[in-house]
Amino acid sequence: MTTATEPEQDAVADEEQPKTALQRLVGAQAFQILGVLLILIVLFSLAEPAAFLSVNNFRNVVVNVSILAIIGVGMTFIIITGGIDLSVGSVLVFSGVVAAKLMEALGGQGVGVSILGALAACASGTLWGLFNGVVIARLKVPPLIVTLGTLGMALGAAQILTGGIDLRGAPTVLTDTVGFGRLFGQIPYLSLIALLVVVIGAVILHRTRFGRYTYAVGSNDEAARRVGVKADRHLILVYTLAGFCAGLAGILNLAFFSSTTIAGQSNTALNVIAGVVIGGTSLFGGIGTIAGTVIGLFIPAVLQNGFVIMGVQSFWQQVVVGAFLIAAVYVDQVRRAAASRGASTRRSLLSRFSRPSGARRKEAQ
Amino acid sequence: MTYALEARGLRREFGHVRALDGADFDIDPGEVVALIGDNGAGKSTLVKALSGSLAIDSGELYSDGKRVTIDTPAAARALGIETVYQDLALAPHLDPVQNMYLGREVMRSGLLGRLGFMDHAEMKEKTQRAFADLGATVRDFSAPVGAMSGGQRQQIAVARAAAWASRVIFLDEPTAALGVVQTRNVLDLIRRVRDRGIAVVLISHSMPHVIEVADRIQVLRLGRRVATYDAKKTSMEELVGAMTGAINQEAA
Ligand SMILES: Nc1ncnc2c1ncn2[C@@H]1O[C@H](COP(=O)(O)OP(=O)(O)OP(=O)(O)O)[C@@H](O)[C@H]1O
Ligand SMILES: [Mg+2]
Repeated sequence: MTTATEPEQDAVADEEQPKTALQRLVGAQAFQILGVLLILIVLFSLAEPAAFLSVNNFRNVVVNVSILAIIGVGMTFIIITGGIDLSVGSVLVFSGVVAAKLMEALGGQGVGVSILGALAACASGTLWGLFNGVVIARLKVPPLIVTLGTLGMALGAAQILTGGIDLRGAPTVLTDTVGFGRLFGQIPYLSLIALLVVVIGAVILHRTRFGRYTYAVGSNDEAARRVGVKADRHLILVYTLAGFCAGLAGILNLAFFSSTTIAGQSNTALNVIAGVVIGGTSLFGGIGTIAGTVIGLFIPAVLQNGFVIMGVQSFWQQVVVGAFLIAAVYVDQVRRAAASRGASTRRSLLSRFSRPSGARRKEAQ
Repeated sequence: MTYALEARGLRREFGHVRALDGADFDIDPGEVVALIGDNGAGKSTLVKALSGSLAIDSGELYSDGKRVTIDTPAAARALGIETVYQDLALAPHLDPVQNMYLGREVMRSGLLGRLGFMDHAEMKEKTQRAFADLGATVRDFSAPVGAMSGGQRQQIAVARAAAWASRVIFLDEPTAALGVVQTRNVLDLIRRVRDRGIAVVLISHSMPHVIEVADRIQVLRLGRRVATYDAKKTSMEELVGAMTGAINQEAA
């Protein structure tokens, strides 16, 4: 994905001269946001070298991002299709509850029970995702509404199953390994699992036909349909994938907190969406990367961590992240305006006050 | 005589607008048929109906004399029908190669291919060759097509359809945004595609081009075919007369 934030005359010149891979990389929003992240890290390191610049502290930040990153992989796919999923936090809770109930019923602290619990969580999440996808793709209800509905349904169902009281019965083998265990005493298993999911997600998105269709459906679903892409079926698969990710996050969350955290996930979906968008994935579809999402999720986490260490009220983190989010979407708008030909800088400035330029271009085609 | 593609009595309404009102259409293999008519005559609607991207209310379709239904783009593709839509139908965020092969990706061989991995080098090479054949002025094969000029996008859509068509190709105003040289290239391409035995349907508002390249000219008016002319024996005046309703050959 290239950006063309330069003035119009440069954009014209660009078109005649193919960009080099390096130019593309530097132009990508994910790359620019990586710069921002590095600047933040340098600033906090200068301010609090002892406390911030430690292996322990970095490990904390990475662990904090891990579960969100797994959800973020699915969310990136969805947002690239031009959709949204508000239900992931509730689906996480529901999946954790189902897993906890099952493991409780089976009893014992064994590996087998833990694996069954993990499978149950993943299956629960997958089914919620499938439900989202079918209603969105087949019944044509807007994703915002469908997933707002399942946000309530999944959370309500979790509360019905538990009577609203958190379950704490995760097998110790689960909490000791996946929850707190470290490879070579250094690298948390939780983060390794997240890394695996991120890498697999990135390969699928950027290297396979499934990923290609994800971009195509988000870019122009009618064009995709006309060349025979089964756009509806693809949407269902994408939402199902996101559900699976939320289910997997559910069992990891249970392992990490030893609790189903029923009341603790109301902001999860919004935090993930913020990370995805900050990382350069466009809410209007067709643009985005997994790497961007991971970087975008690290920014709030690093801010939070840095502020706590510096003794700044952590409420400031919310303010700053909010500003980041708006700035990220602004940059995306400018980029879309520049990408749609004929939109002079002035006109695209105007369009920012009316409608997304993406919508205008789709109509014009 | 069996037509490569034949349509009889196609009807399609949008609310109260009768976009197609018993339209007929036919074309032989290796023939170039121009479809002309005023704005709103129903040309694009007819093309969409014949390429599976718009459902018809009633009417019959025949491919090589056999009754067929073309209710999905996949069904049209299976019959060897390719289309350049008036709105081009490209994915703006994908690059020319990705658009060229969208829905037809070349997969890697072996296990990787079955896992969904694509052979990008192969697709890129073939795309570049197809574009060179067309004399297309697209140079950046990894920039999103949304950032390209209207003419470049049109070249991509034409190259894509020409590369895949095996029986019939529809070109809905394929030169509307093109420069002089590129228009020439498209007209040449039409002849070359025809020489491969493929039926070419050209929709255009440029009467000189139509008369130059077409074998037959069918005139659509208010969703109905009102006249068919041999391109060698007709004149601009006659065509304009048919389009505006002054002449109606097929009125019973
Ligand atoms: N999706 C649609 N919804 C409603 N009406 C439509 C739709 N598509 C076409 N029409 C109507 O059907 C009629 C024929 O339209 P069509 O696009 O086929 O014309 P055309 O001959 O291609 O014209 P042009 O030369 O301007 O491209 C018009 O009156 C148009 O308003
Ligand atoms: Mg038209």
